[in-house]
Amino acid sequence: MNMHPQSDPQVLTTRDGTPLKVSLAKALRREKLRSLALIAPLLIFILVTFAAPIADMLLRSVENGIVENTLPKTVNALSGWDVTSSQLPGEPVYKALYEDLKVATAEKTHTRLGSRLNYEASGMSSLFRKTGRRIKRMDEAGPFAEQFIDIDKDWGDLATWRLLKRYSPKYTPGYFLNAADAQLTADGIAMKPENERIYLLLFARTLFLSLTITLCCLLLGYPIAFLLASLPLRSANLLMILVLLPFWTSLLVRTSAWKVLLQQEGVINDFLVWIGVIGDASRLVMINNKTGTIIAMTHILLPFMILPLFSVMKTISPSYVRAAKSLGATDWTAFWRVYFPQTVPGIGAGAILVFILAIGYYITPELVGGTDGIFISNRIAYHISSSLNWGLAAALGVILLGAVLLLFYVYDKIVGIDNVKLG
Amino acid sequence: MSALPAYASTGQRAWHYSFRIICGLIFFFLIFPILVILPLSFNAQNFFTFTPEMLTLDPAGYSLKHYEDFFTNPDWQQALTNSFAIAPVATLLATSFGTLAAIGLSQSHVPYRSAIMAILISPMIVPLIISAAGMYFFYSRIGLQGTYLGVVLAHAALGTPFVIITVTATLVGFDRSLVRAAASLGANPVTTFFKVQMPLIVPGVVSGALFAFITSFDEVVVVLFLGSAGQKTLPWQMFTGLREQISPTILAVASLMVAISIILLTVLELLRRRSERLRGLTPS
Repeated sequence: MNMHPQSDPQVLTTRDGTPLKVSLAKALRREKLRSLALIAPLLIFILVTFAAPIADMLLRSVENGIVENTLPKTVNALSGWDVTSSQLPGEPVYKALYEDLKVATAEKTHTRLGSRLNYEASGMSSLFRKTGRRIKRMDEAGPFAEQFIDIDKDWGDLATWRLLKRYSPKYTPGYFLNAADAQLTADGIAMKPENERIYLLLFARTLFLSLTITLCCLLLGYPIAFLLASLPLRSANLLMILVLLPFWTSLLVRTSAWKVLLQQEGVINDFLVWIGVIGDASRLVMINNKTGTIIAMTHILLPFMILPLFSVMKTISPSYVRAAKSLGATDWTAFWRVYFPQTVPGIGAGAILVFILAIGYYITPELVGGTDGIFISNRIAYHISSSLNWGLAAALGVILLGAVLLLFYVYDKIVGIDNVKLG
Repeated sequence: MSALPAYASTGQRAWHYSFRIICGLIFFFLIFPILVILPLSFNAQNFFTFTPEMLTLDPAGYSLKHYEDFFTNPDWQQALTNSFAIAPVATLLATSFGTLAAIGLSQSHVPYRSAIMAILISPMIVPLIISAAGMYFFYSRIGLQGTYLGVVLAHAALGTPFVIITVTATLVGFDRSLVRAAASLGANPVTTFFKVQMPLIVPGVVSGALFAFITSFDEVVVVLFLGSAGQKTLPWQMFTGLREQISPTILAVASLMVAISIILLTVLELLRRRSERLRGLTPS
């Protein structure tokens, strides 16, 4: 190796005299850079088109700049006021409020602030609207406190000022508290009144329905995977088409099919009436409720249970069961004590996959779920497009995302991301 | 389970056949909803159920009017056009970025591989409603909400994980010494890629592209939030139709889409066989 007399005889070198170690490190670095260069376009693309939106959502769930942006002077003046005091803020605060609201009314931002604060306490929206209408007629010389209280007595209410003070910081846990049916009050965090709690119930229902769907998928998927794994390859492949065709069929097609089948004037009810099981007057209500959601989603997610189960069962050697039987086990014992334990990883993988997919479903519950078969995702959609409470939508989304990521971490531990197979 | 041995007891026989019946019922549950819409889409009436004429197989009970409606109604035609304007572009973006990245990820020394993989796969894991919400907030900040470009970018992002997974799967069976052999014979990296590597991973790329296409073509949640009326796609139109119960034209569209899925399924199966055959040829 040491053909070059000028280099140190102890160090291996390449032909041009650089030490082999350096040269190899250089080659390795070049290779790393090349692979990174290949990945970079997609990484940047995903970061911009996908990761940034998710980050934006995280930010929105706590962001609360609107109070400070709309009423900068008031927020500043309020900083000296003690939120626990039983005294109304002093005249300078009212003066600042007047100046802020004059600007806000001219820019028409006061109504937006009103609707934002209305999420926390009802009546705020109308208070800001009313004040905005009257602000021009106010006497610029003051006294401001009296004039404001004259416009609406809420300005003389401690609760209004406490609310403003509580929501003046740039960031707020308010949306998350709302998402958990709690609220910020003068005495700290408290649960909302019993009749206003909806989200905890909705989260609980989402979990319950997702679990039910997962269980249904497991009950229906296990026999199918077992059959497919035990049949000869040729017939298994043929039957596999019956699993893959629904898998490949558009979600909306399958949802419309269930709508057709389940409705009261639909195919199933017609059939049941025709064979005389039920009377024409007592047709079953199977859609626009929980039943509809469970049936349709079990059908839609069933392939996601069958495929992982099948791939695990295919690897189980039939000789174990044969050995068990030859040792005197009954069919049931051989299955339950020998075969079933080996399929547990498949059950875990399929169940978590179905559960993850179910918990975030939107379209099917929206179309067949009615009012009591909807999920938390439907509420998120409602807040984005109808109630326009984006902060709350973001907070609900973050909670759901957290749950899914946690489950996915478990999935990754059991199956591994790299083992995700398609089709 | 495959075949009953001759010495099977009566109980075993009974269980064997009842198990088959149970499986048959589950298969029926899987496939019946998809098959039932095919005859219903030829209904001569505007009903979502079988009419007495249809059950007696009277030709008067059947008609093509819902298909006619689909092909002549401007709303549906616009939706179809939009779908075909969005899906191919999103597929092209997803496939080209995704294939490059998959090749990069399959190299032996990639720093932070698992972190990168997690980010790249994330569009598949995050529930669609959350992706849609985040994109809606973010894209309206940067003025992409309600634009064609916004929908295409979003759909491309949703499709890339599938491309990465399928291409990575074909690269696992790829013999690296082929690249070295090409290089030792004097081919530069670009020639090597197109002449040696590409033909071998092409089944993975094509099935990834099909997944990306179907992701965009079937996608409704994101487009519902990100799109404006000008980007109304086929699934969106179906969604509105189902919510408002307008007409059985939906069933005609659904039947056409079932036909598309059957074609896709066939193509994928052929690709899988080709890939296996090609890989069987490479020494490993």
